[in-house]
Amino acid sequence: MASVASKLYSDDVSLLVLLLDTNPFFWSTTSITFSQFLSHVLAFLNAVMGLNQLNQVVVIATGYSSCDYIYDSSSTSSNHGTGNGMPALFSSLLEKLEDFVTKDEELSKEKNVSKDRVASSLLSGSLSMALCYIQRVFRSGHLHPQPRILCLQGSQDGPEQYVAVMNSIFSAQRLMVPIDSCYIGTQNSAFLQQASYITGGVHHKPQQLDGLFQYLTTIFATDLHSRGFVQLPKPVGVDFRASCFCHKKTIDMGYICSVCLSIFCEHHKKCTTCGSVFGQSKLDDVSSVSDKKRKSPDT
Amino acid sequence: MSNQKKRLNGGEREDEDEDDAEGIGEWERAYVDDRSWEALQEDESGLLRPIDNSAIYHAQYRRRLRMLSAAAAGTRIQKGLIRYLYIVIDFSRAAAEMDFRPSRMAVMAKHVEAFIREFFDQNPLSQIGLVSIKNGVAHTLTDLGGSPETHIKALMGKLEALGDSSLQNALELVHEHLNQVPSYGHREVLILYSALCTCDPGDIMETIQKCKKSKLRCSVIGLSAEMFICKHLCQETGGLYSVAVDEVHLKDLLLEHAPPPPAIAEFAIANLIKMGFPQRAAEGSMAICSCHKEVKIGAGYMCPRCKARVCDLPTECTICGLTLVSSPHLARSYHHLFPIAPFDEVPALSSLNDNRRKLGKNCFGCQQSLIGTGNKPGPCVTCRKCKHFFCLDCDIYIHESLHNCPGCESIHRPKSVSLMEE
Repeated sequence: MASVASKLYSDDVSLLVLLLDTNPFFWSTTSITFSQFLSHVLAFLNAVMGLNQLNQVVVIATGYSSCDYIYDSSSTSSNHGTGNGMPALFSSLLEKLEDFVTKDEELSKEKNVSKDRVASSLLSGSLSMALCYIQRVFRSGHLHPQPRILCLQGSQDGPEQYVAVMNSIFSAQRLMVPIDSCYIGTQNSAFLQQASYITGGVHHKPQQLDGLFQYLTTIFATDLHSRGFVQLPKPVGVDFRASCFCHKKTIDMGYICSVCLSIFCEHHKKCTTCGSVFGQSKLDDVSSVSDKKRKSPDT
Repeated sequence: MSNQKKRLNGGEREDEDEDDAEGIGEWERAYVDDRSWEALQEDESGLLRPIDNSAIYHAQYRRRLRMLSAAAAGTRIQKGLIRYLYIVIDFSRAAAEMDFRPSRMAVMAKHVEAFIREFFDQNPLSQIGLVSIKNGVAHTLTDLGGSPETHIKALMGKLEALGDSSLQNALELVHEHLNQVPSYGHREVLILYSALCTCDPGDIMETIQKCKKSKLRCSVIGLSAEMFICKHLCQETGGLYSVAVDEVHLKDLLLEHAPPPPAIAEFAIANLIKMGFPQRAAEGSMAICSCHKEVKIGAGYMCPRCKARVCDLPTECTICGLTLVSSPHLARSYHHLFPIAPFDEVPALSSLNDNRRKLGKNCFGCQQSLIGTGNKPGPCVTCRKCKHFFCLDCDIYIHESLHNCPGCESIHRPKSVSLMEE
């Protein structure tokens, strides 16, 4: 996919919407602790805001049972703080994040969690919220920073979110907002790879989580205008093959129902999704058959 | 000040203002051309205020949404997702009229280009063909195909308006083409008609009956005035007839045809279509591509059946004829199958209850404040399922572009819901 054409407003001013994965089921299985991870991320956010005076940062937390806005650098209330050693800049961020994680944990306890379900976070929810915020920025007039979304995700893809995530990706593509993704989990995330490929963003899976700050600042801190001059990781083998609805295996040739577009790997008589019977015309063919029968005694 | 006036096709500008236009400054043009006094209205105390466009826009949008949801009536209506659409453009001498600036022809071409792009965006598996009517004869500009660039190039190639217009010839030609289309596809015709009459070689009523029997859904957008024959055609075949009053209206009417129309179940036979999902060719691999017949390195796709290389998706493999798509193309159409319910308007007076006070300070999507002037709650909407509040602009964005409710997506669903279980 061709790289995103930048809108010619302010040259290298950017608005970074960071989607932070706070899924407790994922964070209990990693080598790096959440607080170490946060220190990398906060240093990165400082770096981004230091690159240009007009840069803005918005942080949205992707939890297990809910999503919420954590920090907005352009709102005035986040600039007050007592500043006891921790820069006043992020004290409100940390407070809100703690509140969010506690609330998320309470909500997760209320719904009984089944252990065999894939522990995925609500990526579609935070992507939708990010896009609504970016749409609001576009509405504010001609002079606005160039927005982009950065997903810091470690949880696995939840297959029930497929349609919602694809809708968000297509909407981002239309708005010309690239979705960068940094995947810190163990397996690969097909959603994030497709998101970055379709919207023209960068996808990267860091090899060593100890050096996360270095990956973040060298790859994800560049604004959209400068990306034309910087050599960023190229997309490697994005798999666009579909999986069949009957067995969930990836296929490279299949059959599509013309009514509901469900994918099957073998020929069926009836679509299991929409119930349409294949190859049969809905119009009654009985009348033509009886006409033929009536003709033969006459001749 | 330049005195040159543009003449198109020998037609002369009838505005006499142009003759007096010499010597007026740029600032005066706002009064001569734009009529800026029309953008003002009086409020209740008699003071002048600029027109509040956002409220009007939102009211229009909600009316449209109500009509659509009333039509769907809560049940999941089948939509024709695989469409074969012919766009018939009338290039008779009526298209050279200048009531649409600069001429009807230019305006039609511009909006049809935008429509073609929007159409392929919303219906990636469908195909478009272009037909023009000139001198009473219908010509095929492009055959049915899935690449927007080919169609736009052919359309912009020759823009000239000549002769009479013939509706019957156009319908005959389109009927001939669409009869060769597979039976699972929905056959549609969109006619952009500027003339006020039609010069036909035979009985147009017979042609209309023929189209009706072949299940062609014909819609007409008129640019001049309402005509009985167009209305009759649309009523017989189940299409939409509308007449554009100005350029903006024409664009809206055209874009209304981009999303798939509700499918009449008898029109298309459900069928299993064999499709291939090609893998991306490895970086640095060299092959001769089958569409351009030249050597290409790297980016491209390989047909899974015959291993031929193609450059772009979706397409039909030129060697073995297999339709090649990628899973995002199919995913583009899923929001037509799973639409989200419209949000409910929150009446301003009753909104001081606890729920509103707790959740309703800021829009859930964009965090914009929902408190209007003077600390009174401003207009907002709420989702029935997740009960979150949204501002009016998010409402429009969510329903027209995003197709996801952020509130519903931010709730954890305990059971793993399969894709089609909604």
